[in-house]
Formats: sequence, C-alpha cells, structure tokens
Amino acid sequence: MSLFDFFFPKRTASASVAKERLQIVLAHERAGRDSPDFLPRLQKELLHVVGKYIAIDEDMIRVTLGKAGAASVLEINVEIPKGAKAAGPMKAVPA
Amino acid sequence: MAKVIVVTSGKGGVGKTTTAAAVATGLAMRGHKTVVIDFDVGLRNLDLVMGCERRVVFDFINVINGDANLQQALIRDKRIDKLYIFPTSQTRDKEALKREGVDRVMNELRKDFEYVVCDSPAGIEHGAMTALYHADSAIIVTNPEVSSVRDSDRIIGMLASKSRRAEKREKPVEEHLLLTRYAPRRVKKGEMLSVDDVKEILSVPLLGIIPESETVLKASNTGVPVILDPESPAGRAYDDAVARFVGEQREMRFVMPERRSFLRGWFGRAAS
Repeated sequence: MSLFDFFFPKRTASASVAKERLQIVLAHERAGRDSPDFLPRLQKELLHVVGKYIAIDEDMIRVTLGKAGAASVLEINVEIPKGAKAAGPMKAVPA
Repeated sequence: MAKVIVVTSGKGGVGKTTTAAAVATGLAMRGHKTVVIDFDVGLRNLDLVMGCERRVVFDFINVINGDANLQQALIRDKRIDKLYIFPTSQTRDKEALKREGVDRVMNELRKDFEYVVCDSPAGIEHGAMTALYHADSAIIVTNPEVSSVRDSDRIIGMLASKSRRAEKREKPVEEHLLLTRYAPRRVKKGEMLSVDDVKEILSVPLLGIIPESETVLKASNTGVPVILDPESPAGRAYDDAVARFVGEQREMRFVMPERRSFLRGWFGRAAS
C-alpha cells in the first residue's frame, strides 16, 4: 500500500456496480417478459416429437421469438450431436 | 371524470402506505374529493397511518359481500375536508377481493369522487393485481436500491399487460416514478443509486424525490400523514409531488445534500 493510498483511500463506488448489474439483469428479464406464454410448452412438445426420431436432450432444443423489422420470427434451434443415434423406440417399429 | 391512482412497488417496505396516505391527503387539501382505499387484505395498516383505526366499523370486504353499503364503510377524515378512508378487512381469505365485487365498488367510487387512491399490497399476487387493474394512473414507489428497482420494473411490466386499460387496449396507464428514502449524501459518495440512475434504468417520468427522514416514523407513530407536518422535509417533498401530479411546475428538491454551514451544523443539531 502506497502512502498516497493510505491518506486517500479509494472509495468503492458501489452505486455504479448496482447500476450495471441492474441494467444487465433487467435487459434479460424484459426480453423474457415479452415472449408469449406458450413458448415453454411448444419447446416441450417439439422435444417430444424430435425425440421420437433422434435421441436428444432437453437442452439441445431452443425456441425463441425474435423480431426482424416489422415481423416476428419464431426461431427453433435443434442441436444434433455428431453420430446421434436414432431414438430407441424407432428401431422397434417394423419396416 | 374520476381518476383512479394505484400506489404500487412490487417490493414491500418501500413506503407505499405512507405515500398513499400523503398523496390522498395532498389531493384533498387542494380541494379534490378523494378516497384512499387499502387493498392489503389481511394486513390492514392504512387505518393506522391515517390515524382512524378506532373508527373502523365496516370494511372493503363487507361492502363487496353486501353486508354494508359504501356510505357505512367510508370514514370521513377529521382533519381534511373531502378526504375519506376506505379500510380493508383483516380476513385471512386472500381471494376475498372478488372481481365483480371490486368492479362494482370501483364504479360507485368513480361516480362520487374526483380521485380514488389505491394502496396496493406488496408482491404480484391477487391483491396487488386487483389494486392495479382499475388504475388510470400509477405511482411507482421505488427505493434507490437494487431489489426495489428490479421489482418496480416487474410491476411496470404488469401495468402494461395486466391492467384494465391494457386488456381493453385503451390508452396505457400513466406512470409516475416516486423515489423514496433518498439519501443525497450517500448518493454523492457513490454509495447509493442516484435519481438519474433510477430514471435511466426504469425510464419512467419522475414525480418526486422523498428524502429519507426521521419525521416519517414520527408521522406513522402518531397517525398523521407526513404531508401534514410542515417541519418535515419528506412532507414538503410529498407536497411538491402532489402539486406536480395535478400539473403544477415545481423544481426538484432534495437532489443534492443540503448545504450546512459549519456553525449551523453544530448549533442546528443542538437546537433540533
């Protein structure tokens, strides 16, 4: 600790930390707030349908509603891992 | 045409009841016939803050259930002409505020009064949603503190989506930010969010700044709305806020720490 620091201790301006944290968390929460209620259900049902054909986990499917100009864009991302196996029950279906 | 004002915040303990009492009193002092309603069913407190706890006979739930009429339940303030208090019930039944009943009571009050001030409970449950549903105007009470600001943001979202005005696609609820328990000294030191910080984060027009003040506790101790205490900085700040609410221009006070001369610092303290 230098002599300068001893006589003039740095003030941690915690208010600016508060502001930054609030801005980040609220940006996130506001984005989620505007999305319609059915998105989580849609995601679950899609997972169910895709899961019939490919073995995937819950976190591999992502449904978001975004904006592109005047239109809304429903984006569905399904991540398929390399060498994904066909889902178990499919094999049981007779050809 | 009557105006329904909801005093809301999301977070508890930020000064909703103090504000509802002060704003209603201030409006009545300006000659507007005003009623202040307690929506916090089960945790009645507006009566204490207004100093009329011993005069409660019938309450909001009695009127909703048809056990009493509005005239029997309304308490006329003894200090201010044109000011009425509508207490809530102590029932533990949270769903006691039935939709149709509240609609009917609100419509009746709109006919009789110029301003209907609704003191919302904390949270985002049934009581809080019922309180904000009928609002034409909202006073969002916020402390310069992270949890209060976040909860206010949530409530602002609710006003835009769950109010009657939103449901009927009418003009949106008019929003006013009231920053309470503000400590200019701490803001200056960088220890507390500033007015500008909160305004920027919430982007709601500022109605007023109420400084942290010991006189607020004194007011609730004695059951006198703080706006009636001319010695109180908070009371004066509420008076400014009410004046702005009805369209008067008042400069913002209590933004910066009050200047105190060395001598006043010493002697002023001894005298107060």
